[in-house]
Amino acid sequence: MPELISSVDCLHLSIEIGGMPIRVNTTDAAFLGMLQDRYAGFVSASEHPAVEFDVDLARPGSGDPGADVRVTQHAGRWALERGDFRAEWEPASRTGRIRQSANPYSIDAVLRIVHTLVLAQEGRGFLLHAASAIRNGKAFLFAGVSGAGKTTISRLAPADATLLTDEISYVREDVRKDVRKQDNRYMAFGTPFTGELAKLGENVSAPIARLYLLAQGPENRIEPVAPGQAARELLANLLFFAEDQELVQRAFHSACEFVSRVPVSRLTFVPDARVWEMIG
Amino acid sequence: MSRLYVARNTRVAARNLDGEMMIMSGKDSTLFTLNKTATIIWQAADGATPLDEIVERQICPEYEVEPAAALQDAENLARELATHGILDVSENPIVPSNPPVTVTAGDSR
Repeated sequence: MPELISSVDCLHLSIEIGGMPIRVNTTDAAFLGMLQDRYAGFVSASEHPAVEFDVDLARPGSGDPGADVRVTQHAGRWALERGDFRAEWEPASRTGRIRQSANPYSIDAVLRIVHTLVLAQEGRGFLLHAASAIRNGKAFLFAGVSGAGKTTISRLAPADATLLTDEISYVREDVRKDVRKQDNRYMAFGTPFTGELAKLGENVSAPIARLYLLAQGPENRIEPVAPGQAARELLANLLFFAEDQELVQRAFHSACEFVSRVPVSRLTFVPDARVWEMIG
Repeated sequence: MSRLYVARNTRVAARNLDGEMMIMSGKDSTLFTLNKTATIIWQAADGATPLDEIVERQICPEYEVEPAAALQDAENLARELATHGILDVSENPIVPSNPPVTVTAGDSR
């Protein structure tokens, strides 16, 4: 008589971004391999994940990844939805479930959303549409909408610059006690969230020295930006999805706090490597 | 003529950045920047002080305008801010349930 019950191996992987490990459980070895390739450099050995997701794989091709994202909260549970995935996450138990097909893009979106929610809840950081790089021990952010030059400035980075991302920057306040209160304590972390360059950032971090708002023009120049304008442009480039009044307010204050502590300038540049002579 | 009372809406977040008052709606994430007059009204909108008193004490001295004309402009402005959910407007004093926190740049929270 054949066995009616057979054991199913549960495979897992921890993806650590911004110092926060998220564990993904699956029963599909091929999917796990896909994730290991996709998040190489961000795979963590941590046994203490901040969040743990079980992934249920649906048939390929189901759902539209171009559909709008909806992120809502009810009774302590978050629901994350797009055409190509549905996910639930309960922060209290640190567990959740994702239903998607075996592709890396859906889970990538879930990870981004979860990080935006955690950072907004903390009120001490955010994800930003910005390239970022470390030079001389300091991190520089280059924010702008699609076409503003994030990929271009990343591509032009000199050999002594470490690319953190060409698309989505991870900003988090350093709250260690040994960091003095009056210091600018914001750190930029590398992310695996790529843009046109399709190159993962390095999984390292550094204190943020300046945020540049990108513009392309006939000459290279750097101009100061008033805090109000800086806040408007930063908020316009913030990744935020939650339909949640309290989190919206926290994200707003977090962005305003950032521009009141970190220098913000407008960087107008022509697309050649000389622009980096002004940075660092 | 009835008096008008104004109160800061509790569902918005406000921040004064280098003298520029920025307000974000918690409902739909719309961002507003208040001009100087709107900022005066916003900051004085405690729900208990009638708008005419705010105008007389804080707007007329600032702009050297006739109280009646200034009040009319202020009422129009207050009602417009109310349509955006920034202010609550009533002909009776408004008891704030949970006042929004306004933070000035550089303040620790």
